[in-house]
Amino acid sequence: MMLTAVLSGFVLAALAPWLFRGLGARTGWVLALLPAALLAWFASFVPSVAGGEVHVLQHAWVPSLGLQLSFLVDGLSLLFALLISLIGTFIVIYGGGYLAGHRDLPRFYVLILSFMASMLGLVLSNNLITLFVFWELTSITSYLLIGFNHEDKEARRCALQGLLVTVTGGLALLVGLVMMGLIAGSFELSEILASGELFRDHALYMPILLLVLAGAFTKSAQVPFHFWLPNAMAAPTPVSAYLHSATMVKAGVYLMARLNPTMGGTEAWFLILGLVGALTMLTGVWMAYRSTGIKRVLAYSTVMALGTLTMLIGMGGEKAAMAAVTFLLAHALYKGALFMVAGAIDHETGTKDLEQLGGLRRKMPVTAVVAVVAGLSLAGLPPLFGFVAKELLLEAVLARPGPGWILAGLVVLSSMLVVAVAAIVVLKPFFGALRETPRHPHEAPPSMLLGPAILASLGLGFGLLPWLAGQGLLAAAASAVYGHPVNISLSLWHGVNLPLILSALILIAGILLYFKWPRLRDWFNGPVALDQYGPEALYYRFTGALSNFAGWQTRVLQNGYMRNYLLTILLTTVAVVGYTLFSRLGWGWLPSGELDVRFYELVVAGGIIVAAVGAAVMRSKLAAVAAMGVVGFAVALIYVLFSAPDLGITQVLVETLTVILLVLALFKLPNFSRLSSRMSRLRDVTVGVAFGGLMAALMFSTLGVQFEPSISAWFLESAYTEAQGRNVVNVILVDFRALDTLGEIYVLALAAIGVYAMMKFRSQPAEGRS
Amino acid sequence: MEPVLALVVGGLYAAAIYMILRRSIVKLVIGLLLLSNAANLLIFTVSGLTREAPPLISAGLDAPVTPMADPLPQALILTAIVISFGVLAFAVVLINRAWHVVQAEDMDQMTGTDT
Repeated sequence: MMLTAVLSGFVLAALAPWLFRGLGARTGWVLALLPAALLAWFASFVPSVAGGEVHVLQHAWVPSLGLQLSFLVDGLSLLFALLISLIGTFIVIYGGGYLAGHRDLPRFYVLILSFMASMLGLVLSNNLITLFVFWELTSITSYLLIGFNHEDKEARRCALQGLLVTVTGGLALLVGLVMMGLIAGSFELSEILASGELFRDHALYMPILLLVLAGAFTKSAQVPFHFWLPNAMAAPTPVSAYLHSATMVKAGVYLMARLNPTMGGTEAWFLILGLVGALTMLTGVWMAYRSTGIKRVLAYSTVMALGTLTMLIGMGGEKAAMAAVTFLLAHALYKGALFMVAGAIDHETGTKDLEQLGGLRRKMPVTAVVAVVAGLSLAGLPPLFGFVAKELLLEAVLARPGPGWILAGLVVLSSMLVVAVAAIVVLKPFFGALRETPRHPHEAPPSMLLGPAILASLGLGFGLLPWLAGQGLLAAAASAVYGHPVNISLSLWHGVNLPLILSALILIAGILLYFKWPRLRDWFNGPVALDQYGPEALYYRFTGALSNFAGWQTRVLQNGYMRNYLLTILLTTVAVVGYTLFSRLGWGWLPSGELDVRFYELVVAGGIIVAAVGAAVMRSKLAAVAAMGVVGFAVALIYVLFSAPDLGITQVLVETLTVILLVLALFKLPNFSRLSSRMSRLRDVTVGVAFGGLMAALMFSTLGVQFEPSISAWFLESAYTEAQGRNVVNVILVDFRALDTLGEIYVLALAAIGVYAMMKFRSQPAEGRS
Repeated sequence: MEPVLALVVGGLYAAAIYMILRRSIVKLVIGLLLLSNAANLLIFTVSGLTREAPPLISAGLDAPVTPMADPLPQALILTAIVISFGVLAFAVVLINRAWHVVQAEDMDQMTGTDT
């Protein structure tokens, strides 16, 4: 059942184009039935999971390799699965409205449904390997979705950037996961989660931690890998809302939360996650405040949220775990809604620039209400769920002894900017005077309002009745992160305490920051071009250097000169084989013992050498051909002298034909001219002699070595009895190995066809030349 | 005799390699022919040399009674000789054609693919 649930998205994705052909504009509503059904099915797990149960569902996959498709349903994975299917439902509907009339709308459905299925597989996987497979699938679908407008060069560039960053991290993650699996002796998460001690005390703890975190940090856009996320906004807005704010970028957070009971709780875990998370939080919110594109602002505030989550997971402890899952839920709800609102604004007005927007509440009243509710949640104001999350965040940070105070200061600072950012995103476009925009704005269609409206109302509902989410699901999720049962109840009103006072302070400072936005923004963006030194510049320098290097090595290795290829091959062979020969045998391969030679044999052998050298140095073509003929006939003589009459006959025939053919073909051509310099001739002589020497040495070393009994005895025995032939060589060719001879005839026929073709079409191109 | 022929094979390889590395396409073909001779002679030599005992079964006998030369490498070499002739025929026509089109036998001048 779970397997069906996870894979159904892929199946529906494959069917989506056909459904689209039949259903047209209603496709989105119909396709959304699947995530909605999944949502309902996952929701049926809530009571038992809230009661502390953990479901492990197994399906055999590759039993011989110990691979199972097993799924783990506990609070954490259920929270993610619910969010994925909930937001997925609305995104599919929303996408149909946002991309209405787009010629690639069916492709959008295919990709978004595949992504949803991959993401569900990722969070529900109970096996590290399947988790990784789904992890990479989300990277690939994300790549395809960012580059959805594939005719736009910028979109392709951004897509590639996202892919390279996340997949590089994924590679590190794979190594980390394999190491984890080997240490635990099992790739099943449910078993790994139970062996935390084993990991924390292991000598390889640090390498594993760094590798796994490299995967999580790249995926979740932590500093210094944060730069790909704002660029991913090249994707259509439904994609940004789904992948790059609510779900995929949280995969890294999910992994860290998942591994917290196993890998967490150490000093290194706290330092790395706390530091990177806090840095990401501040960088994100600061960049958000600096930007003017509505999607960029939201993207950077997502970076901030991801940093906050990383920091909370790093802090460890019951309260931080609870704060993390609460913040995660709150963020998914308001950020999903805000992104969809941003998409509606873009869709209706034709611009994403906040400077050009204003007064839209008169034209788009429903969108404006949704935006205000979601924005209040982002800003962390009561009675929204964002307020509950932020109070808990402050409490958790303040409760941490020691460095908690520093983190608390950073959280307060970033929260002030978040208030300002929320105001910028909501107040700028919807309030004030109505501005001229490229398109005449109307209220967004129902398909684009349903999702944000419901997400925003959920934010309000959970804010008013926090126990609704807190008591059951969130407590179970926090328990999964913490590793032990967590029992913290959420409430809207905690009485007057330090977090509340801080919240008031944050609000006032945030409003001030909002009113000073234009001036401060210019000042932040001022003369110092920090972007030139950021990690993104480093990325471009690296990819640029990589392609330069590729170009350079292609020019060097694939230089188009055959002699250079040959020289490379020959010298490598000489070096490698020669080294092996000498390191194994020394000079032991030199021939020893009596030499059984007759005088006339020596004369023939000497003749071959002389003729070969002659063929190489002759200036006249005919003389060179003649010398080569001498080599051939002398070799034929060798064959005859050493009991191979058939070879001798064939060689004489072939050699005669060869010489005639060469003479006929070449006698019109002028003599050889000196084409290469003395130096290169000297080089080639050296290479030739080295290679010839190597071959001779190899032959010396193999003379008299017989590894296996020869099969020739069988041929000699059977030639007459089996094949009725007295010439054994002939029998082998036409009988025992007749198929080889057939192949040989085939090769000759091909060569003949080639020769014929070239002779026949000889004159045509020659005339066309000038 | 084997060590002597090993030296001969080495010499043939050296000459063949030198020729293959030349810029003239005619020399390349001559080099290829030398190379195939060298390879054939190599197989012939390392499989062992036998004097005056060709693999022929005398009339009246079902199987040889005296030791004979190994017939298998001979069969392989015979195939190789014929194949290398096919390659040569093709190469010669190719050279001829190249000469007519490019008016050069220098391979460095045969750079374009359009002619």
